[in-house]
Amino acid sequence: MIAALNIGVAALVLALALFTIVARESFAACVGFLAYGLLLTLVWVQLQGLDVALIEGAVGGGLTGVLVIGAAVRLRSTQAAADAVRLGMPARMLAVLLSGGVAAAMAACVLALPDPAPTLAPQVSASMAATGVANPVTAVLLAFRAMDTLLEAIVLVLALIGVWSLAPDRVWGGRPALGYDVDPDGILAYVARILPPIGIVAGIYIFWAGADHPGGKFQGATILAAMWLLAMRAGLTDAPPVDRKWLRLALVAGPAAFFAIGLAGTVTAGAFLAYPDGYAKVLILAIEWALLPSLALTLFLLMAGAPQRMSAP
Amino acid sequence: MKAALDIASVLAISAGAFFFLAGTVALLRFPDTLSRLHALTKADNLGLGLVVVGLLPRAGGVSAGLKLLCIWLLALLAGATVSQLIARTVQTRDVRS
Repeated sequence: MIAALNIGVAALVLALALFTIVARESFAACVGFLAYGLLLTLVWVQLQGLDVALIEGAVGGGLTGVLVIGAAVRLRSTQAAADAVRLGMPARMLAVLLSGGVAAAMAACVLALPDPAPTLAPQVSASMAATGVANPVTAVLLAFRAMDTLLEAIVLVLALIGVWSLAPDRVWGGRPALGYDVDPDGILAYVARILPPIGIVAGIYIFWAGADHPGGKFQGATILAAMWLLAMRAGLTDAPPVDRKWLRLALVAGPAAFFAIGLAGTVTAGAFLAYPDGYAKVLILAIEWALLPSLALTLFLLMAGAPQRMSAP
Repeated sequence: MKAALDIASVLAISAGAFFFLAGTVALLRFPDTLSRLHALTKADNLGLGLVVVGLLPRAGGVSAGLKLLCIWLLALLAGATVSQLIARTVQTRDVRS
C-alpha cells in the first residue's frame, strides 16, 4: 500500500517536472514548478529527511516560487516575441541529447553507489555530544561543516547585491516596487493583518526548535521574510530604501558575527571556525541568533527585488 | 472503543478523499473560472476538514491534534483569500475587456 503511494508520488514528481519543462507559457511553468516543490517536500518527508523537507517547502517551493513568478510577470511583455522564435530541428535535437545525457550520467552515478552508501553518519553521532546540540543536521551545519554555512550566508548577501545592481541609475537608493494595485480595505490587507502574528510565532518557533529538532534559521528566516513581504504587498508597510546605513549594517551583521566567532576560534581553539571545549553550544546559538535577523532581511529584500522608485520626499 | 474510533477515522478520511476527488473532477470539467473556484473551495474546506477530523483520533495527543486543527484553519484562511483574489482579478479583467 505504502509502496503504491510512493510510486504514485514519484510518478507525479516526474510528470510535473516534464510539464514544467515543456509548458509553453512561462506562468504555467511557474505554477508547475511550485507544485513540483510541494511534492518534493512530500518526498523528503517520506525519506525521513524532515530538515530537508522544511527547507524544500520554505525555500525551494515558496521563496523560489515567488522569485520565478515575479520573473514570469515581468517577462510577460516579451512572451510573444519568445514564442515567435522557433529553434531549428538540429538545435532542438542537440538540446534533447545534451540534457538526456546529463540526466543519464547522473542516474548512472546514483545507481553505481556501493550498497550501503558511504556515510559519515556514525562519526557525526559519535562526536555530537561535543557540540551540545541534539539535532544532527544543526551539528553538521554549524560545527562540523560550519565553513559551508558561513559561505552560504555570504553568498546570499552577494546575491542581493546582484539583484540591486539591476536597478536603473535614477532610482538607485530608492525602494523596491509595491507591485500590485493595493486596496486598503481588500481581502489581502485583511490577511496581512491576521497572518503575520501567526507566521512570526511559527518562524521563531522553527528557528528555536532547530537546535534539538528539525528546523533552523534558514527555514525560520524564510517564514519571517514571507510575512514581511505579505504586509508589504498588501500596502500595510513598505520596504526600506536600499541606501539606508542601518539596512546595510543589518545585512552584514549576521555573517560578520559568524566570521568574527570563527576568527576568534583560531586563538581560543587553534583553528578557524573551531569552538573551545565546553563553549560549542553557546557559540552555535550566538551564531544562529546573529544570523536570523540578517537572513530574514536578506531573503525579504531578495523577494522584494531591485529598487524601482524613489522614496516619497 | 478503539475499533469504533478506527471506523470513524476511515469513514471521515474516505469522505474527505471523495470531496477532493469531486473537487478535482469539477476543476477539470467546469466551464469558467468562477464556477471552478466554487468547486475548489468545497474540496479544500470540506475535504481537508474531513481528513483532519479523521486524523484527530490518531494524532496521539492534544497538542498534535490542535496543530492539525490549526493547519486546517490556516488552509481555510489561505483558500478563502486566494479565491477572493482570483475572483476579483477575473472580474476586473471582464470589465475591461
